Amino acid sequence: MRPKRQRLLIVITGLVFIGAAIGFALFALNEELDVFRSPSQVADEGFPEGKRFRVGGLVEDGSVSSAGIVTTFRVTDGANSLTISYNKILPDLFREGQGVIALGTLNAGGTFEAQEVLAKHDENYMPPEVADALKKSGHFKPEGGDS
Amino acid sequence: MHRFANPTRFLRLAAAVLPFSAAVAALCLGAGLVWGLFFAPPDYQQGDTVRIMFIHVPAAMMAMGVYAGMAISSGIALIWRHAVADLIAKASAPIGATFCFICLLTGSLWGKPMWGTWWVWDARLTSMLIMLFIYLGYMALWQAFDDQTKAARAAAILALVGAINLPVIKFSVEWWNTLHQPASLITMSGPKIHASLLWPLLLMIVGFGAYYLTVLIYRVRAEIHLRRTRMLRLAQADRHAAMQAAE
Repeated sequence: MRPKRQRLLIVITGLVFIGAAIGFALFALNEELDVFRSPSQVADEGFPEGKRFRVGGLVEDGSVSSAGIVTTFRVTDGANSLTISYNKILPDLFREGQGVIALGTLNAGGTFEAQEVLAKHDENYMPPEVADALKKSGHFKPEGGDS
Repeated sequence: MHRFANPTRFLRLAAAVLPFSAAVAALCLGAGLVWGLFFAPPDYQQGDTVRIMFIHVPAAMMAMGVYAGMAISSGIALIWRHAVADLIAKASAPIGATFCFICLLTGSLWGKPMWGTWWVWDARLTSMLIMLFIYLGYMALWQAFDDQTKAARAAAILALVGAINLPVIKFSVEWWNTLHQPASLITMSGPKIHASLLWPLLLMIVGFGAYYLTVLIYRVRAEIHLRRTRMLRLAQADRHAAMQAAE
């Protein structure tokens, strides 16, 4: 029994130590592992001009306007919002209330110039009739409602 | 558990389970695919693209589930020197790696029309790709040793260390901002998939699980026979050497 007990202890302590090491590493990296920043994080951290990063949030209702090929819209996380301009084709899922992620840089005027806009999909899957019925009864949660 | 450390007993159990797992796999995969691809409704936002989910989600769950099984049997093999556990782990790796690859491939095919990109280095996608590499590394490590006992021990340690990636994959969508959506199936408030899409998905998950079990039995069986052949060869060579020495 002794060697088995010993091997069990070695395996468990080994896993605990490696787990802790990776846990600390991930904890230390924390926000570096976020694929996008929220408008509030951008406002707090004051990103320098010309530094490329991703910003994500919900497309604000009534904020989408286009002039020629340039689309301008605002993304919000509820507390803060940020104006984004984009001059390429938007993904199919892009609409007001939708979660989106834009990659680009802040310009001097505080507008975020996007080079790429990705649409985020939420965890809810349902047929169109169900979505319509939920909208009618007022139980429909908009995209990313709980994130 | 130690009852099945005896390969003969394991083979007998495997032979009894095999017809059932094969039947469940064929039925569930067949019914799930037809239901999912032809009869399930399209999603209100994704349209027909949602059907990729019927492959993607079971593949992802199995990639992680097979890894968990591989890590547990590696631990059992390492600690209790269980004679079949290391073969189960070894036989699982290529199946799990294939599930992992299918998950990444179908996810990428879904991502292009829905997100607007094939790939993004977010925490979920990256940790899943790391798991594929761990699977491949595990398989390579088995091949790197002539001595199978040493190979088993080294591979088992890698499998256990790599298991730390499992919670990272699972909770990546909660711990960090990711492009990948959070969990739809296993959540605090129940599944967030409508019943008409959920049922074919559950069928596919059961089908994938049964398929894994079926292929695993074939592979472990082959591994046991391979090991026996190797031992017989060794015994034959020993006898041959002893006879030569006696002459």
